[in-house]
Amino acid sequence: MSLAPDLAGREFPATPPFDVSGSQIAAFADAIGADDPLHRDPDAARAAGHPDVVAPPTYPIVVAFQAMTAFMADPDVGIELRNVVHSEQRFEADRPIRAGDVLTATITVESVRQAAGTALIATRSVIRTVDGEPVCTAYATLAHRAPDGETS
Amino acid sequence: MTPLEPGAALGPAHFRVRRSDLVRYAGASGDFNPIHWSQRVATEVGLPGVIAHGMYTLGLAGRAVAEWAGGTDRVVELGSRFTKPVVVPDDEEGVVVEVAGEVKPTDTAGRVRIDLTVTCGDQKVLGMARAVVVRDE
Repeated sequence: MSLAPDLAGREFPATPPFDVSGSQIAAFADAIGADDPLHRDPDAARAAGHPDVVAPPTYPIVVAFQAMTAFMADPDVGIELRNVVHSEQRFEADRPIRAGDVLTATITVESVRQAAGTALIATRSVIRTVDGEPVCTAYATLAHRAPDGETS
Repeated sequence: MTPLEPGAALGPAHFRVRRSDLVRYAGASGDFNPIHWSQRVATEVGLPGVIAHGMYTLGLAGRAVAEWAGGTDRVVELGSRFTKPVVVPDDEEGVVVEVAGEVKPTDTAGRVRIDLTVTCGDQKVLGMARAVVVRDE
């Protein structure tokens, strides 16, 4: 299937509220082997000026990925995750994500470029608390290669 | 803590990556794309084999940056292109990812940029890999 030509510039609905817990932050830190006490020790986090434990700098991908997944499943997009490779990612943090945050992400397609059977889809996901406080902007470029016999 | 003076070289730090790490990362991140755990699917879509999540590799780079900066909360920007896949074999050895950094000045007081070189074997796997961190003045 081909991507809708007017995809660039479109904003998709905000993801449902996602509750960030200390256990999730610890699990994510474990997965990348990060042993910073700020990820696990609330007292250390408070001593550094945070209300609770702090997530690693790439943790915003958890929320941004939910927005990307919803975008890919949209009837106008309809691309399968297995045909997608992550091409580029950048995070600009307003502040670190912390346990107790309730977050949503709003994804906008910035551009779509076709190159040698691959569609390069540049996206921007703005992550905010449900109260509207900006937390992080995550820029992702996804490379979508259509299955054999189809054009992307 | 490493002094983050412009011109300073950081690392290199080394991280061993095995299939089990990718499964664990999939669970922690919610990214269950089968190209990161199924040899069958990875080769069906034209990859050389199971590859690490780009975000796993960038996560390791972010971990190195946070350690150099003296705290995870000091990292305010982080990003890269995923230029070459990190192919992870189904054995106990896995592969080793190396992360090295060089400190550069920024126009913002109290912030420095760290340009990262991230390699696996003799291949650069991340392109334009950079972080911006807060440092003590």
